Amino acid sequence: MAFFSRASQGPLDYHRRLWLRFYVGLTFLAIYAPIITLVIFSFNDSRRNIVWRGFTTKYYWKAWNNDSLIEAFINSLTIATVSTIVSTILRTMVALLLWRFRFPFKSAYEGLMALPIVVPEICMGVAMLAFFSRVTGFPTDWIWPFNLSAITAAHIAFSFPFVAIVVRSRLAGFNRELEEASKDLGANEWQTFWRVIFPFMKPGVIAGALLAFTLSLDDFVVTFFTSGPDTLTFPVKVYSMVRFSVTPEVNAASTVLVVITILLTIVAMRFQSPEKIATG
Amino acid sequence: MSEPIISIRNVTKTFGPVTAVNDVSFDIQANEFFALLGPSGCGKTTLLRIIAGFSKPSAGQILIDGQDMVEVPPNKRPVNMVFQSYAVFPHMSVEQNVAYGLQVVGTPAAEITTRVANALERVGLDDFRTRMPDQLSGGQRQRVALARALVKQPKVLLLDEPLSALDAKLREQMQLELSQLQQDVGVTFIIVTHDQDEALSMADRIAVMQDGNVDQIAEPGALYENPANRFVADFIGKVNLFDGQVSGTQGGKLSVETAVLGKVHLNHDGVAEHQVSLAIRPEKIRISKTKPDVEGQIMLRGRITDWAYYGDCSHMFVKTENATRLGVVIQNNTRDAVDALDIGDDVHLSWSPDDMLVLNK
Repeated sequence: MAFFSRASQGPLDYHRRLWLRFYVGLTFLAIYAPIITLVIFSFNDSRRNIVWRGFTTKYYWKAWNNDSLIEAFINSLTIATVSTIVSTILRTMVALLLWRFRFPFKSAYEGLMALPIVVPEICMGVAMLAFFSRVTGFPTDWIWPFNLSAITAAHIAFSFPFVAIVVRSRLAGFNRELEEASKDLGANEWQTFWRVIFPFMKPGVIAGALLAFTLSLDDFVVTFFTSGPDTLTFPVKVYSMVRFSVTPEVNAASTVLVVITILLTIVAMRFQSPEKIATG
Repeated sequence: MSEPIISIRNVTKTFGPVTAVNDVSFDIQANEFFALLGPSGCGKTTLLRIIAGFSKPSAGQILIDGQDMVEVPPNKRPVNMVFQSYAVFPHMSVEQNVAYGLQVVGTPAAEITTRVANALERVGLDDFRTRMPDQLSGGQRQRVALARALVKQPKVLLLDEPLSALDAKLREQMQLELSQLQQDVGVTFIIVTHDQDEALSMADRIAVMQDGNVDQIAEPGALYENPANRFVADFIGKVNLFDGQVSGTQGGKLSVETAVLGKVHLNHDGVAEHQVSLAIRPEKIRISKTKPDVEGQIMLRGRITDWAYYGDCSHMFVKTENATRLGVVIQNNTRDAVDALDIGDDVHLSWSPDDMLVLNK
């Protein structure tokens, strides 16, 4: 530790160089300026939202009172919650299976499980559209929330591998002797799983679940292809609002989404922090 | 002797083409401190895991207290294990770790409290009961693992290389503590180790294993002074070996013809094959600068080539006139002993032929 805290410039002390600081600042600006603009203009007291005309929060109230927007928001939350729960349970079990057992074609199976990560989202959306238009099992004219089942199924499909990777990497650090110790001390398989293996996996499971939740909440492409007229989600609704005009209401709604996503990501990263993983 | 607590009968374990344990049979008596000693890959850990129930023997029987255990899962066996990594549950406090084994079998809460307190007191961790494992040192974690196993009141405690992760000083201290603990609790201990000092200092009896076979089971002293074969002699302590052929017996003594020592007559009560090795332990060789005035001793001349000083003793290598290298250990009995000899000195080596061992290959 003392080595790195010396006053002189170390090999990794890039942040001490002025031009590098400038470069970093520029990068951050490029990334975050649009979002910051979005947030600032959500408070703009102007209908057309091109010139700044003073501070107001009325568009937040307007968004709040926009029934179809709120409905879309509730749809999004419902889909995100259900797809998160299902994909987390499924994937945790798959991660356990892959970690615990050896079977033929295991690596092929593992690769197939991770495929949705690399399949372009647009292809996935088209595939889902084609699939659901042929399958009568998920109609969009059912009563709420069952009309969301097609979107939910699609979301489970694409968030599945993300949960997997997090849970798998967590399990890779598990000391198998802990499991043996538990059995040696008189616990059966069920007790061993819930009292020893699951507590160890838990940070990974929670982090994976939050990741799945954010992915589902702000997914546009796949949802766009699988949603019907009565099953708009928040991102799709925002898109359709933009097509009429970019009002501060859209900005306000988007800001709320950004804030929720950031908060969930922070929580997810907390659960994945190195010191939690180190204690194995 | 009474009924053995553990009886291993013709146990064989194969992993594919590899035979890890090869038709091993022996008994362990109640309250014994028993060591399985051998180099890595000799099958000692596999045997321990078979006793614990984590591994099923390919053939043979394991009896614990008279009952066949082969089909009994580990959580139903009256044995507990201290793992090499200690396997202390990282998300539980010291107290919760120790209580775990009682909770999962539904022991009443009041009984758990007293038994956990007793176990923690026994291993000297009473002040650490609320600590989490990552706040403990390696030695303390090992005590948690010990307390966690002992609180189950097992018939046999299994220890898998329990001291290998500790530093030298702590290891010595834990050796004494483990012996003490074993006497206090009166439980049979089976320890797996590759460290001969550990086995010699703690165990009542030691089984030396090699390539899945048990070469010898004996008390530490017998193992050191009467090793069954060349491997055991070489593995337990240091030894100088001389190849030779038995040429007959003379006056009740065995005559062995060797290249280095010439014809040697010595006492031997076992069976000797034609090709044998004669062995002499380094500390049984006397070394002096002047020719010793003794009768009937084996004598060699040589020059000291290497020297290692250990404080209490010094190890050295002596190259004899016919280019054989012999290890010699001298005790530094006096403060000036260290100056008496040095590298390059010409010395006389001598020892009694009866201190030599006749080893079959």
